[in-house]
Amino acid sequence: MTNMIRKEAARISRRTFVVSSAAGGLALGLRVPFDAALAQGGETEVNAWVVIKPDDTTVIRIARAEMGQGTLTGLCQLVAEELECDWKKVTTDPITPGRNLARKRVWGEMGTGGSRGIRISQDYVRRGGAAARIMLLQAAADHWKVPAAELAVKDGVITHAASKRSIRYGQVAAAAAKVPPPDPKSITLKDPKTWTIAGQPLKRLDTEPKLDGSKMYAIDVKLPGMLNAAVKQCPVYGGKLKSVDESKIASRPGVKKVVRIKDNAVAVVADTFYRAKSALAELPIEWDFGPNGSASDASIAAHLKDGITAEGSNGGWGYGDAAKAIGDAAVQIEAVYATPFLAHATMEPMNCTARVSADKAEAWVATQNAEASLAALSEASGLPLEKCEVYRPDLGGGFGRRGGTQDFVHLAVEVAKQFPGVPVKMIWTREEDLAHDFYRPISQCKLTGGIDQDGKLVGLKIRLSGQSINAYLAPTIAVGGPKERQLQGWYEAPGDSQFGYDVQNLKIEYAMRNTHVPVGPWRGVNTNQNAVYLECFIDEAARAADKDPLEFRRGMMAKFPKHLAVLNAAAEKAGWGKPLPAGVHRGIAQFMGYGSYSAAVAEVSVGPEGRLKVHRLVLALNCGHAVNPGQIEAQVQGSVAFGLTAALYGECPVKDGRMTDLNFDRYQIMRLAEMPQVETVILPTYDFWGGVGEPTICVTTPAVLNAIHAATGKPVRSLPLKNVKLV
Amino acid sequence: MAKLNINGKTRDVQAEPDTPLLWVIREQVGLTGTKFGCGIAQCGACSVHINGEVQRSCSIPLSSVKPTDKIVTIEGLSPNASHPVQKAWLALDVPQCGYCQSGQIMAAAALLAKKPKPTDDDIDAAMTNICRCGTYQRIRAAVHVAAGQGNASAPAAPAQTRQG
Repeated sequence: MTNMIRKEAARISRRTFVVSSAAGGLALGLRVPFDAALAQGGETEVNAWVVIKPDDTTVIRIARAEMGQGTLTGLCQLVAEELECDWKKVTTDPITPGRNLARKRVWGEMGTGGSRGIRISQDYVRRGGAAARIMLLQAAADHWKVPAAELAVKDGVITHAASKRSIRYGQVAAAAAKVPPPDPKSITLKDPKTWTIAGQPLKRLDTEPKLDGSKMYAIDVKLPGMLNAAVKQCPVYGGKLKSVDESKIASRPGVKKVVRIKDNAVAVVADTFYRAKSALAELPIEWDFGPNGSASDASIAAHLKDGITAEGSNGGWGYGDAAKAIGDAAVQIEAVYATPFLAHATMEPMNCTARVSADKAEAWVATQNAEASLAALSEASGLPLEKCEVYRPDLGGGFGRRGGTQDFVHLAVEVAKQFPGVPVKMIWTREEDLAHDFYRPISQCKLTGGIDQDGKLVGLKIRLSGQSINAYLAPTIAVGGPKERQLQGWYEAPGDSQFGYDVQNLKIEYAMRNTHVPVGPWRGVNTNQNAVYLECFIDEAARAADKDPLEFRRGMMAKFPKHLAVLNAAAEKAGWGKPLPAGVHRGIAQFMGYGSYSAAVAEVSVGPEGRLKVHRLVLALNCGHAVNPGQIEAQVQGSVAFGLTAALYGECPVKDGRMTDLNFDRYQIMRLAEMPQVETVILPTYDFWGGVGEPTICVTTPAVLNAIHAATGKPVRSLPLKNVKLV
Repeated sequence: MAKLNINGKTRDVQAEPDTPLLWVIREQVGLTGTKFGCGIAQCGACSVHINGEVQRSCSIPLSSVKPTDKIVTIEGLSPNASHPVQKAWLALDVPQCGYCQSGQIMAAAALLAKKPKPTDDDIDAAMTNICRCGTYQRIRAAVHVAAGQGNASAPAAPAQTRQG
């Protein structure tokens, strides 16, 4: 879907960080005196990233999506740090994909996922802020006829010490816009050790409207003459719509129309959503479920089990001779683990408002990739990109559901096309949301290990069988190669998601076993499952070797100092080895994902009836640079809740080809009472940029499972825990 | 036509008697701070106060609401977000995506009205709304702060070691 955008982008010679004043439409031709600029009351675009108003209000343009993860505040901190503006006067402007396209993608990519929001854009946004600062200082230097090198700036006030003069950014912005922008490559960015805005636990910029109901999410959009739509897709993936009997609901209040969407969905359009939803519930619909109508948990599990036992693989890597090393070892161990499909269940259900006329298509949508939304809008409306625009309110949760898959835009536009010029808001019920997700892929994993006389792991074989996200969503990306994301966290290469142990002999194999269920990235993607498989097995191996799980890991990590550093930090903060209250037990885990290193220590107790209580979790994270430690702490706490929800309750059972657990009564989410005390240790080494939103999810569950194993003496090898009898 | 008292104002609304109060508030009255999350009183995103009690408005039909019932939505909780709960939420930077927070704030305000100094167990029992971002730890701390039992000025800054 983003191909159109990519083609468009390919026409652009190269991305520029700073738009010249002419391209910015600010070539006024006249040098505006500073006081006149004040009198104008207008705002000035200094460059693409920075707009300054006469009262010094600093508008920072944001291309990435804000869905709770704090990227908006973090990006502003990075720009403001280099800009040297007054943080108290910072506001934001979420640019739209239409604006980005019209300006040759000056703001770069807009997609927000994979914990990339800051780590991928940090360099060019900082250069944008720095370039604006250089232009503002030059404008003041020109005005005073002094060298720019003699000027200093703090909080948006430029001073010339020798002449004791000062001037504010708001006064020089108009002139600065006409200063030739510096070559971004020539800019020296600040040493993070000198940061005063970035690196600080500043409060989020977007909290206040979330406290009084004034924040407008996409689901809250109100437009003149707007209609509302409720939608139902065939409950069985791949099934078709046979017939609907609209006469049965024609007389219901407010109903305007029944719309058949392609060959597999139906919508009811009414004046209000509640009337549309109620009418849809009464609408007789016949489906042809097709061959997938008989799929079940059992058939899917058998398919995956075949991937465990079959010969051959779709990719992998290793070193040494794992089979021989294991065969020759003093002790052999083996375990098979399994994890289920999971739904994202964003609190704001899927929705999209679309207005389509002959020469314009618009969408209001919560999206993690507004350019993909624009491409979907263009494709579905049949209008070229330049006649389309997407407005993107902040999201009520994303977690990967609202990125590449723009199914909600396609559906909304198909409905809106039936009402030319009339805005139609489509909202999914929670039932529709949980029935039609792009689920976290299901997988099984068999691990085999060999332990020598000295209690060292000398051979490890991992065979993973599961569904491939790439095969489902992006078949053009190589499937089954060494970077197949099904093996995330077990890569050989350093830098992103590196396997962090030296086991002397290693073999990793991936057997692709796809199902009919749509799959997609789910916050943490495959690190979550793979960390459970590896880290629980490492604990089982430590037990077989009669070693302390921390010492056992340390013995294999000399070549992986950053992995080891977070493991040690978590252990130290948690007091590993120190006495615990009676009945409380610890578990530990480490893993790498999204360019960051994570480790966790969990403290749990298991009651006589098997009742689990997770008391405390200590997380250590090296994300390279810590842009906002307060927000990192919030992300770590949220990651624990996200991971624990999956561990305790998460599963999407399949029966008759469809999902069975369609609301929060069955698809349970952890509540406040179950939230453990989370302590976060951030260890930024400032020699790389890693992600924050996802990396600590994956270590939460194996740390808890290993603590349960310590408490009960029995390993847990399948999730969720609600289905496991602990004692 | 039904009459509702919402945030101290009497409103005339036109909706079928089985329409949930949530949708009347959102679609007829036009107050969208009260959120739709599940429709079955599980998640609490739609929480409002009715005569001082926190209620999940998605599961209350219009026909069961009397014109004299005093309904308060997030928009009417306080002028200028000045309720102690809202102030504590701001001080501790509680919201992430924010979608569930209207309901969380209404639940916390109702708890404090009944128990001005709640214990952790009281908070566990009263704060059952779902937050998918996982803001629970800060919610707990903020409820204590709103009750005057915590330190609102302490920044939420974790231990940080700088190396290199």
